[in-house]
This record gives sequence, C-alpha cells and structure tokens, in this order.
Amino acid sequence: MLSYILRRLVTGLVTLFGISVISFFIIQLVPGDPAQIQTSQIADAAVSERVYQQLRELYGLDDPIPVQYWNWVRKLVVGDLGSSFHDGRRVSAKIGEALWPTLSVALLSFMLTLIISTPIGIYSALRQGGGFDRSVSTGLYMLYSVPNYVAGMLLILYLGVKWDLLPFRGMRSDGYDEMTTLGQMWDLAQHYVLITFCFTFGNLAYYSRFIRQNLLEVVRQDYVRTARAKGLGERSVVLKHAFTNSLIPLISLIGLTFPFVLSGSVILEYMFNWPGLGRLYFESVLQRDYPTIMALNFITALLVLGITFIADLTYGLVDPRISYEK
Amino acid sequence: MAAEPTNQAPAARSYWHITWRRFRSHRLGMVGLCVVAVLFLVSFLSPMLANDQPILCRFDGSFYYPAVIDLIHQVPGSKLIIQKKRPYRLATFDFKREFDPERGDWALWTPMRYGPREIAAEPLAGPSSRHWLGTDQSGRDVLSRMVHGTVVSMKVGFLSMGIAVILGLILGCIAGYAGGVADLVISRFIEIVMCFPPFFLILAVLAWFPPSIENVMIVIGLTRWVGIARFARGEILRIRETDYALAARSLGVRPAQLVLRHLLPNALAPVLVSVTFGIAVSILIEAGLSWLGFGVQPPDPSWGTILRSGYENLFTAGHMIPPACVAIFVAVLSFNLVGDTLRDVIDPRLQAERA
Repeated sequence: MLSYILRRLVTGLVTLFGISVISFFIIQLVPGDPAQIQTSQIADAAVSERVYQQLRELYGLDDPIPVQYWNWVRKLVVGDLGSSFHDGRRVSAKIGEALWPTLSVALLSFMLTLIISTPIGIYSALRQGGGFDRSVSTGLYMLYSVPNYVAGMLLILYLGVKWDLLPFRGMRSDGYDEMTTLGQMWDLAQHYVLITFCFTFGNLAYYSRFIRQNLLEVVRQDYVRTARAKGLGERSVVLKHAFTNSLIPLISLIGLTFPFVLSGSVILEYMFNWPGLGRLYFESVLQRDYPTIMALNFITALLVLGITFIADLTYGLVDPRISYEK
Repeated sequence: MAAEPTNQAPAARSYWHITWRRFRSHRLGMVGLCVVAVLFLVSFLSPMLANDQPILCRFDGSFYYPAVIDLIHQVPGSKLIIQKKRPYRLATFDFKREFDPERGDWALWTPMRYGPREIAAEPLAGPSSRHWLGTDQSGRDVLSRMVHGTVVSMKVGFLSMGIAVILGLILGCIAGYAGGVADLVISRFIEIVMCFPPFFLILAVLAWFPPSIENVMIVIGLTRWVGIARFARGEILRIRETDYALAARSLGVRPAQLVLRHLLPNALAPVLVSVTFGIAVSILIEAGLSWLGFGVQPPDPSWGTILRSGYENLFTAGHMIPPACVAIFVAVLSFNLVGDTLRDVIDPRLQAERA
C-alpha cells in the first residue's frame, strides 16, 4: 500500500512537471505578448516603444524561457503564483474570487444530479425493460444529446428574453446592494437557476444510466441471491446489499468528471456572464496574462491528478478485495 | 476504414458484413445513420441548394451553369481544373441585377435563391415567405447560411477526427506493441494531455494560430487523439497475446507487418465507436469555438457564428437561435445514436447477453 502511494506520488509529480513545462512553452510561443497588447493603445511610437521595453523588463520576458520557467517554479514552491500581467493583482486573489461562483454551481449541479439520477437509476434497474425504464432512458438520452450551451441559448431566449421569467446576466441584479437580505438571497437564487440547469441536465442521463448499469450487474451476484434467499425484504436487498456495492464505480466516475466540472465551462460562463474560472481563463488567454493562465492550468492538472488518486485509494477503502500490490 | 487488401478479405468482409446486418436491426441506429447521410448530402449539395447564382441560365445569349461549378469546387483541387466563365467568377458581378427577361434571359434557380454571403434584404428581418428563417444582422438569408454551415460542421467533424485517428493509431500501436520505454513515454504523454481540460488546451493553442476553420480542425485533431491512442494501445496489448498473433509471429512475420496486417484490423472496431462519438464532439467544439469567435470568421457561415449573431441581437432577433440550436442538436444526436448502436453491435459480450 505504502509503495503504491509512493509510486503514484512520483509519477504524479513527473506528470505535473510535464504539464507545467508544456503549458509554459505553449503560452510563451503564442504570438503577441502582454506588453505588446498593453502598449497597442499608445499612439506615440517612441513612447509606446519605451513603455513596451519597460513592461517586458518588469515581467521578466527578456530572460530566456528556461530561466523564466525556473523563476516561476521557484515562486510556486513557496506558494506564490505571481501577479497578473493584466491588472497587477495577485493571481491567487483573482482565482480566489472566481473560485466560488464556479465551485458553487458545480457543487449544486452535482448534488442535483445525484439526487435526481440515483432514484431514476435504481427504479429503472428494478423494472428493467419496462415502460418507465424505456421512456425515461429515451428522454434522458435526448437530453444528453443537447449540448449544454445550445440549451443555454434556448433558455436565455425563451425564459430570459421572451417570457422574461429569469435573469441570465451575471450573479446579481443591478440594485443588489439596496435589497433586503431576503431579497438578496432570492435574487441570487434566481440567477443560479438557468446556469445550474445547464450544467446539470446532461449529466442526468449519464449518471442514471451508470447507476442502472452497475446495479444490474450487482443484482446478478450470488450475495444478492443469498440475501433474497434468506428472506430479506426487496427494499433491504436492493438498497442495502445491491446498491451499496454498486457505488464503487461511481466513485471513479465522480473522480474523473469532477475536476473538469470544477474548471468551469468557458462557453457557459461567458454566455451567462458568470464571473467564474472558465471566464477568467478565457479573458486571460485574450490578454496573454501568462501568470494567470499558468496558475489555472497548474491547479486544474493538480486537481485531476489528486482527485483520481484519491478515487483510486477510496476504492481500496470501500472494497477490501481491491489490492494495490502488483 | 476498410483498408484491408483483398488477400485477407473473406474473414474481414464477413466480420463487417455481420456487423452491418446487426446494425440494420437497430431502428434508432438506422435513423441516426440516415440523418448523418442527409447531413452529408446537404453539405455536399449545398451550392445547388442555396446559391445566389442559378443552376442553369441563359444570359445575354449564352448558357451558363455557375451553381454546378460551385458544386464541383467542393472537391479540393478542382479550382485548378475548372473555373466559372467570365462574368460569374467576378466578385462584383450581381446576376440578379443584370438579369433581363426581355433580352431572352432565363434561369433555373436553386431551391433557395440566396447565397450565404449575399446581402439580400434588410437586416434582422423575421421569417417571411421570401426568407423562411429571416435574415441576420447584415441582411443575409439565415436558411442559406444554415445550409452552408452544414459544410463546415461536417468538414470539421470528419477531418479533425481523421487527424486524431492517424495520430492516435500510430502512437497507440507503438505504445501497445513496442512496450518498454516507448510505452512509458507515450503513456505519460497521453496522461499529460488528458490532464488539461480539453477546452483549455484548444483555447491556448488557438490563441497561437489565426482563427480559421482549417486551424480549428487541426487543433481539435491534435487534442482529441489521446482517447483513440488509449483505446488502440489497450486493444493491441490484448490482441498481441492471442493465438493468431502468436501464430503469425512464429511464421516469421515482421513486427511492422504484424501490427498493420494482423493486430490493427482487429483493433479497429472499438476505435470506430470512439471516432463516431468524437465526430459529435468535434462538431460541438467547432460550433462553440465559432460562437466564442475563435473559429469560422464572420462573413463565412457556420452554425456557431449564426448562434453568435442571435446572441448578440437577443432582444431584436431571436429568430436565428432556434434553427442553429436544432441543427447542432440533430447532428450531435444522430452521431451519438450511430455510435451507441455501433458499440452495441460490435461488442460480442453484449450480444451473448441479449441472446
């Protein structure tokens, strides 16, 4: 077990190193550096050139790329993500601000997905091939094929504009500060509805099908037959014996999908003017804000690796039959 | 996909034959396949479906067939061989204005008389009998742009997956067959690419290239090969240990030939499934990128740019949004249906289960 953890940590570090090197070089090779973008508005050529050189020096862009990379790593080790090239603010502060809008939607949508798809999955598995199973799975399959930004556009058009039921720009209305606390909560909740729905509906089909499939496999196992044979009620057989055992693959699915949910959706956040990580990334790319891009890439990679690692370990905790010695 | 030469044909053909027979018994899969075929036809025939120049016409005493030549120009390289006749190839030539029935001119029009870039009416007009889906912010016919947008989606879908398949198969085969250091390096590289959120990688790379449909294709291909490589690697690893691979090896077949002749054809079926889903994803990414402004650039039509015009004129011209949404949905759904059916049909374990 310990050697497994060590090995995973070492390969994880190698992967992280690879990711940071590759993203660093890709970003540096992109034509148009931040100094150039920021000085493009200055009309006087001489002034523009002087400011350009000063900015390049300030950002350390004149150093060779390996040196720049080394400087970046050195700061990273002590937890310093640097300052944004765009507005000079700390990158950690910018990310911290964008984290909550994305995280809250992700968690909300995740909880909704599990709450809705678990009963659907269990019920469909129990009535396999029945009317409910077929109609729900067809319906969810259709939903699954609706791309989330397409649904977003339609919802904005009909619910947001035509029928004017729900807000769709940003997290808060204009007069947010003058509202009562209750009013503020109501306003916030309204802004969450559409974007959370867009993040959720596609996963419903995936998760309920996943739960159904796993449960179907587990139901055929001998221990379920044993549980039935010793006279347990159907409810207890399904929920206690079968369902809990079908949860193991779910852990890895969560591990695989959650980091990507967390990194937000560029298009959806841009569409809903949502101040989250996806939009921050998009804007940073446009502004060639190297430190912010690097930090976001690095954090996402760290999350992907970390969460898959934790998911693999949880396997062992949940199911003692899984062995790591190999 | 049928890259097999004839000397091995009986076995290979019968496998695909059986697969096809099983595929045909899936109703939804067939519906998906038919829709895919229709989309393909629409995109190929788009110059004959919606064009501002006629299929056949008599103009100032001579016959012309400009739309037919537009259709031929869909084939890459054909511009070098055949060109439109004199007035029609000029950008400034407006056939509709020059058209004069009293001179004896007549024209056989395409079903939709408006070109995708032609400014045909006042901007942001709603649906009418002349413009079934209305016009966009520059007064271009939305239906015509939808039809020509199909070309973009199909091209991006198929070509980007083509790039991904070639890259993925080569690297996957090397990793799976050679093993050792090659496998280690390639597998680590795959893991690295998979750790980037897919859209982030595309955005980062696209900031590098000027936005255009070709670059979108290349970038999607370059980022989507990892799944195929993983599939191919796993399949090759599995097949490498089978008896027929051993038999081929003991007959002295060289490694390259062993992989190409004996291993790869048997690994193709699962790869095909992931390619089908991949096409749906590519279409989705292309529309998304065009929506963000990184893909197809404005005067050119694409479902994503139409969606974007709708978004920018939400309060005045919502009529552009539903058609583009429906088109993207239908394309994605039908490729998903084909992919799902293929997976059911190809996996023998599921077959046994159903029997």
